[in-house]
Amino acid sequence: MILIGERINGMFTDVKKAIAEKNKQVIAELAKKQTEAGAAYLDVNVGTAAADQEGTMQWLVESIQETCKTPLCLDSQKTGVIAAGLKVASAENGLILNSTPLNKKTDEEILDKYIEMAEQAGPKASIIALTMDKNGVPQDINTRVAIAAEIVQKAMEKGFDSRRLFIDTIVLPVKVPNAQVQPGNILAAMDQIRYLADPPPHMTVGLSNISQGAAERSLINRIFLAMAIPHGLDSAIVDVLDEKLMNVVATAEMLMNKQIYSDSFLKVYTAINKP
Amino acid sequence: MKLETGYKKIGGFLMAVPQISDGFTGSVNRVTIGATKDSGGTRTSTVTVGGARNVVYGGSKGDAGEKPIVAMDVLDSRPEDWPDALAEVYKDVFDSPADWAKKCVEEFGAELICLKFEGIHPDKKDLDASHAVRVTEEVLKAVGVPLVLWDCGNDEKDNQVMPKVSEAAKGENVLLGTAKEDNYKALTAIALADGHHLITHAPLDINIAKQVNILVSDMGFPLDKIVTFQATGALGYGIEYAYSIQERQRLAALGGDKMMAMPAICDVGYESWRAKEAKLADAPGWGAVGDRGPMWEATTAICLLQAGVDIIRMRHPRAIATVKNFINQIWQ
Repeated sequence: MILIGERINGMFTDVKKAIAEKNKQVIAELAKKQTEAGAAYLDVNVGTAAADQEGTMQWLVESIQETCKTPLCLDSQKTGVIAAGLKVASAENGLILNSTPLNKKTDEEILDKYIEMAEQAGPKASIIALTMDKNGVPQDINTRVAIAAEIVQKAMEKGFDSRRLFIDTIVLPVKVPNAQVQPGNILAAMDQIRYLADPPPHMTVGLSNISQGAAERSLINRIFLAMAIPHGLDSAIVDVLDEKLMNVVATAEMLMNKQIYSDSFLKVYTAINKP
Repeated sequence: MKLETGYKKIGGFLMAVPQISDGFTGSVNRVTIGATKDSGGTRTSTVTVGGARNVVYGGSKGDAGEKPIVAMDVLDSRPEDWPDALAEVYKDVFDSPADWAKKCVEEFGAELICLKFEGIHPDKKDLDASHAVRVTEEVLKAVGVPLVLWDCGNDEKDNQVMPKVSEAAKGENVLLGTAKEDNYKALTAIALADGHHLITHAPLDINIAKQVNILVSDMGFPLDKIVTFQATGALGYGIEYAYSIQERQRLAALGGDKMMAMPAICDVGYESWRAKEAKLADAPGWGAVGDRGPMWEATTAICLLQAGVDIIRMRHPRAIATVKNFINQIWQ
């Protein structure tokens, strides 16, 4: 499972404060802790508070890379912010550009741009593409699959290896009225998306979003993750510092025969998945 | 996995073999046994195994890694139960492990010697640590090839004797065995202290194999100095289990499981010569007993090599010659 650590995000109070105060220590500490906990990538999101988003992205990337070599997942829907991050981010061990919809009303070509930026960054750079288009986030199964198919098609046309493509089926907060049908829809969509290419694209989700505003957040996150793995989910943007969540990943992977069982299977999971 | 058929020249025949074009993300660790003068030892040669990035026959030439190696068995004391076909090869050196090792190297071209301390077992000769240390020193002096030092299998006795054996070989970077799930601490600690490689041992059980690797690495033993051993099953006596476990281990290594990425060693000599088919003289219709044993041993070894085994303990020189010939043709 390719786990992307979610914590370096300006939406969290401690990160927001560190950005405002230019406190590298806080960022470095989060990078180190998430790496030790088993993050294969570190998500980097400037949030909404910073006025200079491009400058902040570069500062975050530099602050992380000064302390660890864990590959980064540059997280912004603005091409300018991603491009700014790319100027300083190393793609030597891998890099993800997160994320682009199929298209936008204001930018029909946005997926092309993300693919091109990934190509320029090097052979180990990937992108996360959302099952979302200019009409917004689809609510039903078929539209999700249709958008994913168009994304895969576009990547193929541009000669972009499907193994460098992550499809994010977008999980929505389950507490929102009438949203309770969505987790089931997402799983059904995943069942089809995994057959869109051979080898299949990766599938990822921003897991914590599912429990936004709900009670028992960690439990909801854990259970949904365990439900999605047999449907082909092989990546997730998660709180890797949540030990119970990591235990769920290790157990699910073991039960799916992706890891050979040993009595210490929980303990070694993070060790054997370090990139 | 994509399978296409290609052709490979094996034993002078053009044979159809599947070509596996898909790559894997992981690889088998490369392990070098033995230390020459430059690295603080007295060996005149070293052996390197592992490094495969694909299944046997799979991928490109570069994916095959190092050639598998045969380790020739030398016992610390005269074996009492060896069948005639085997005993007649070594009977002149049975009482001198040093001469025995020398014979293996000089006459049969051994690149690696496995010194097995059978005689220290309480149910056998119950020889003591000073005997084991003396034999180790004599063999080290007699030959320049690297050594595998293998305990007798009685935990209590092994824990008394093997630390002293390890110390006697300090600096020589030997392969020391074997660490088991319920008896790994003493051997792991001395292998670490004396700078040796370690064999982790499991009873034909992939889950225990992984667990022992985790346990010894928890003690700070480096993963890249481990070689794994699964109790081997000979042809007709459980080779299917041995084959499938070795294959699964190789696939786990290729899949990137760092706790399963070690090279593997098999004990083919001992297991093959236990089979009645290998040694029963009075068996009309089975062919000459002098041929059967070496054939049994060679067939067992070749089968396991195809599952992805890196070091094979063997005994009969004719079987070894056949296996080396096979290795040289496949790992061209």
